[in-house]
Amino acid sequence: MALEKQRFDTLILGAGGAGLNAALQLANANLKVAVVSKVFPTRSHTVAAQGGVNAALANVLPDNWHWHMFDTVKGSDYLGDQDAIEYMCREAIPTVYELEHSGVPFSRLDNGKIYQRAFGGQSQNFGGDQAARTCAAADRTGHAILHTLYQQNIRAKTHFFDEYFAVDLIQDQEGIILGALVLDIATGEPLLIEAKTTLLATGGCGQVFRTTSNAHINTGDGKAMILRAGLPLMDMEFFQFHPTGIAGKGMLITEGVRGEGGYLINKDGERFMEKYAPNAKDLASRDVVARSIVTEVREGRGCGPEADHVMLKVNHLDEAVIAKRLPGIRESSKIFAGVDPVKDPIPVFPTAHYVMGGIPTDRFGRVMPTSDDDGDHLPGLYAAGECACASVHGANRLGGNSLLDILVFGRLAGKSIIDYVRDNPSHRPLDEANVEWAMGRLGRWDNKGDGITVSDLRKEFRKTMEDHAGVFRVEEMMREGVEKVRAIREKLADVRLTDHSSTFNTNRTEALELENMIDVGLSIATSALHRKESRGAHSRPDYPKRDDAEWMKHTLYWQEGDKLDYKGVRSQPLTVESFPPKERVY
Amino acid sequence: MMIPESELKNIEKLRWQCRRGMLELDVLLEAFLDQHYEMLSPRLQRHFLQLLEFPDPVIHSWCVGGENPDDEGFVELVDSIRATSVA
Repeated sequence: MALEKQRFDTLILGAGGAGLNAALQLANANLKVAVVSKVFPTRSHTVAAQGGVNAALANVLPDNWHWHMFDTVKGSDYLGDQDAIEYMCREAIPTVYELEHSGVPFSRLDNGKIYQRAFGGQSQNFGGDQAARTCAAADRTGHAILHTLYQQNIRAKTHFFDEYFAVDLIQDQEGIILGALVLDIATGEPLLIEAKTTLLATGGCGQVFRTTSNAHINTGDGKAMILRAGLPLMDMEFFQFHPTGIAGKGMLITEGVRGEGGYLINKDGERFMEKYAPNAKDLASRDVVARSIVTEVREGRGCGPEADHVMLKVNHLDEAVIAKRLPGIRESSKIFAGVDPVKDPIPVFPTAHYVMGGIPTDRFGRVMPTSDDDGDHLPGLYAAGECACASVHGANRLGGNSLLDILVFGRLAGKSIIDYVRDNPSHRPLDEANVEWAMGRLGRWDNKGDGITVSDLRKEFRKTMEDHAGVFRVEEMMREGVEKVRAIREKLADVRLTDHSSTFNTNRTEALELENMIDVGLSIATSALHRKESRGAHSRPDYPKRDDAEWMKHTLYWQEGDKLDYKGVRSQPLTVESFPPKERVY
Repeated sequence: MMIPESELKNIEKLRWQCRRGMLELDVLLEAFLDQHYEMLSPRLQRHFLQLLEFPDPVIHSWCVGGENPDDEGFVELVDSIRATSVA
């Protein structure tokens, strides 16, 4: 049977905040837009973003975008590109007001202005007193934004392919992306979507680690497609472990708990963050808190029978405060940790939460395919959100900056695409050999017989990643990890499905996801092994210092030959003076 | 609209519908599907299919957040989901 084909001006892979915000710009400009999502769009992982979105509105405490920029550059451990960061922090303010006008129900102060919460890493006056910069819609900010954007896209007649899995990008001999091969999960039928422009907005990849706060859908699909298309991923060694996941389960206990006065204790009841971050204490940057917790556990001050976690104490707070400001935390702790935080502290441990690295883009969302500092972008290919790396987070992302990233750069990618389609109005001819290659990759899963199961190899892979590429990283352990993941990649050829049915074959979808996770996992493990310094979320006890002379540069990883290369950090902002690297102390 | 009997038995479709945007719901709903769903009455199975159509934060508020659905029909189902072992 002939492969079905459909044509669009733009193909967007992923329907979280970045994809939907880009789609809205395009649909409103009367472009023909396809959005492909493996789950129903409002079930994208953006829905889980509880915390909020940063913008220097100064509604609670004095603030301005330049302070926000300073905090973001400092938080990035000076690996963030300062032109992109300046742009994001300036755009944050109109972005939040635009959302407000679109109907996002932000929490309010008594004077009617948007309520803003204090988060870690926020300061007034370039490193001074705590700032309050995070705008929230109770603890449903992500849902409120996603729901609003989805409704507006429906009104703008964006074409949604719900429950379609993107298998691979299709490219021509010149490397130009022509769309993607996708799979209808409901029927098992492939579909070729041709597009003049393609935007990857497939989100993160926390599922590569055994303990993660990410939903099961976060398997790095877009990042892996980029690798298989011969393009690089940037800064993949920088993976943020949220300091407070429910121990052994991964579910997130929001940073807002500490923003409202909760604090961490070890087995002796000691409030240990006082010694690691004397000023910010429990509101220090996430990597600092995560590393402090792991240090406490490694040095024998962990809690529980296995001494493998610490405790988050909130039972000194008024029960009414917990109910009003932190709804959901109490029940979540009861179900997944078996404790009532009003009475007892919550067992917590760092959980893989957010990847700073991704598909390298400029601040217009255009994919940058080379390590050349002055290199050009790849025409017609864009990426935004957690699957991308515009390099606003550098080595470490600040709380409240991820929703901001997807909104600002999703919108800007949309606007860039409008310009591109205006100047390039025709589809390029398909390369049939490349389509055959993608179909072959999909068809490989029809092979029957005995073999390794998807679930067994996935379990082995995720444990390997956690043990060898997690919070603490030393040379020998990591080198062993890279070899183990390479061996796991070889084993993929021996994996066989246990279910060969066509309709809603979760076994096949999970096999495709496993391939993606292993491809992405190797980019993380390889990039991390070779960065011989400690910076932001990348902590090397064998190289404990940040090394600006040698390592203030971005890592680029290509799948072919597991090749690495590096490119310079863009330290020159757009309109203000550069923030030179300093020791990052909170 | 009445949900047809065939939809109640389409376990693999339901398994994909249990893929959500929140880890908590992934874990709880998939465990419920495996442990309890097929032993439910057709009435409660229909309620489960209806539940999956709600937005994630609503399902979360019922199954994890301690809130109760207004519709009595959902209360029994939500109680069973809350009682699912996720250890």
